[in-house]
Amino acid sequence: MRRTTDNKVTRGKVASAVLLKDVRVELRSRVVTNQVLPFAGLVMVMFAFALDNDDVLQRVAGGLVWLATLFSLFFIVQRSFAIDTQDGALDSLRVAGVDLSAVFFGKAIALAIKLIALDVVLVCGAVLLYRVDLSASGLVLLVTCVLCATVGLAFVGTLYGGLTAGARGRETLLPLLLLPVVAPVLIAATRATEAAFGSGGAQTSEGWAWVGLLAVFAAAFGIGGSLAFGSLIDE
Amino acid sequence: MIARFSDVVVVYDNFPALAGASFEISSGEIVLLQGPNGAGKTTLLRACAGLLPIARGTATVLGCDLGVDRFSVRAKVGLLGHANGLFQDLTVEENISFWSRLIGASDHDVETAMKIMGLSARLCATRVANLSAGQRRRCALATLIVRRAQLWLLDEPHAGLDSQGRDELDKTLRAAREAGATVVFASHETDRAASLATRRLTVVGGVVSES
Amino acid sequence: MSQVLQNSSPTGTRATKVIGVCAILVMAWVVVSGLILTPQDVVQGESVRIMYVHVPSAWIAYLAFIFTAVASAGWLLSKKHSMGFDRFAGASAEVGVMFMAITLITGSLWGRLTWGEFWQWDPRLTTTAFLFVTYVGYLAVRRLEGSVEQRARRSAVVAMLAVLEIPLVHFSVVLWRSLHQGATVLNPNGDVKMDDLMLFTLFSGVVGFTLVFIWLVLHRQRTMLLVDVANGQGLDSAIATRRAEGSVA
Repeated sequence: MRRTTDNKVTRGKVASAVLLKDVRVELRSRVVTNQVLPFAGLVMVMFAFALDNDDVLQRVAGGLVWLATLFSLFFIVQRSFAIDTQDGALDSLRVAGVDLSAVFFGKAIALAIKLIALDVVLVCGAVLLYRVDLSASGLVLLVTCVLCATVGLAFVGTLYGGLTAGARGRETLLPLLLLPVVAPVLIAATRATEAAFGSGGAQTSEGWAWVGLLAVFAAAFGIGGSLAFGSLIDE
Repeated sequence: MIARFSDVVVVYDNFPALAGASFEISSGEIVLLQGPNGAGKTTLLRACAGLLPIARGTATVLGCDLGVDRFSVRAKVGLLGHANGLFQDLTVEENISFWSRLIGASDHDVETAMKIMGLSARLCATRVANLSAGQRRRCALATLIVRRAQLWLLDEPHAGLDSQGRDELDKTLRAAREAGATVVFASHETDRAASLATRRLTVVGGVVSES
Repeated sequence: MSQVLQNSSPTGTRATKVIGVCAILVMAWVVVSGLILTPQDVVQGESVRIMYVHVPSAWIAYLAFIFTAVASAGWLLSKKHSMGFDRFAGASAEVGVMFMAITLITGSLWGRLTWGEFWQWDPRLTTTAFLFVTYVGYLAVRRLEGSVEQRARRSAVVAMLAVLEIPLVHFSVVLWRSLHQGATVLNPNGDVKMDDLMLFTLFSGVVGFTLVFIWLVLHRQRTMLLVDVANGQGLDSAIATRRAEGSVA
């Protein structure tokens, strides 16, 4: 039963296998849809309770969407790795001898898909609860912003999630490590979203520069993450 | 020579789980690791798989010096630990094909593995969460078979299996050996394991000795 | 090695003694000059004297960050993964976090005294705050369980990611604040008219703080070395105890 080393599995195949696995598990277990989305919606409502001013809410709607995203990000990241640590699958992944950067991309894209679903709900929530107006050009900007921001958040989340997964007492480290890193995303995504919403007189055209920053962030952590993930996930 | 450990120390948080383990394993053996709980059997298996850093001593497995590079040995071994490494929300078949896709095994390999472990079609379509402990173990063993590794490392593989499952496991391990693999397994069931194993090593206090 | 651990293991060497003495002398000059000899500012009055602590602290905080990053890169790139790199990275981060805290506190007090504001969203101050939190996280990662090699690898990678992250944070904060053209960026440092003595005192402060930094890092990395050696020796006795388990049975 000699193992043939000729059939080397391509990185793309590994990444897509991991991606498919994560998405399938989510579709079956529905943790994000049944737990995280309601949580995010609740956060949006809580903001309204706390800020208690329709004009203020409309003005800051962009920021609230991304704050709610960040709070939900911790749960989604921890869930993403709980799938693997539950029954020791992370160990099996380490021993599998596959290119861990491919695993990184697979998990990150799966995470991004969940985040996009989350943001669709949050944006709808903002439109409904905070009475935000959305024009056609604003929608294009918003969609691009959400795509770039969620990919960046997914890369960073997968990276630091891998570091904090597994052993006791590490999960609480995730917010501490993650929040400073995602600050640029919060700043840029909020400004772009505000431009899309037209909050405070912002023009749609102003938002594209911020989307550029989001793309740079995503690229930087996509590359950095794929290099670093293997070292961080090892025991 | 499949594995050679020489005075190997493996440390968890300043505790030496392996405290100077030395042994050699040749190709085609079925080696039984026996010893009390906490002796270091699990650590030894995980170290062979390249999962743990070697604090002291030298360890060579399948030609890889674990002190220098413990990452390249991983693709050549198959490890089955206490946990099963399965995804609870996926079916048996989805689990096995995930692990097989990662290593490029064919559909035929997957079918063969499922047949060997006696996993019926109905069972394969069941979610792992709904299986009994023994059934999960069989599923985990199937994912190991699919790897077609040169060195099989199993940590108490018989645990949770009924007598039919145990017979199937023994048959599988013998077949693996005949096909050229080497098997190292830890077990508390000395009687059954004794008839299976070609050699016995005793692990006590982080040290290995011949039985 | 066992000679290193006796009843008292001093971490000082001739070099650190020399640096220590120089540091004391320079700092004494800075204290005297900063508190007494230099004039007060025309606008800010006596509160300008905080500058002599705040500016050098900020300088050291960033120096420490760069030093940790370079040492981490050194560990990652060196073939032998010499632990000295890891110890310097860790020691530098610990000292750096302390100076960052000093920077933030003194900056906050200075702003309060001169302009009535404890905090401004000035890009430099904001980035320093993020650097501070990032390094607290780095130190937390260093304290995670695992072998010495695992600690070194994990924290080296996290330090490299911090090098990636901090420019992104700084850039986005600068862009962000540039939107608020109307609000004055109140930077007490920018409004001070400095005469020669003030400049010289400030420069001496930078030199003095740098010497203190070097002295602290050298001592700290030596205590880390001693801890590692002690653990190693502890390991020997732990191994003996462990092996004895077997012979009792």
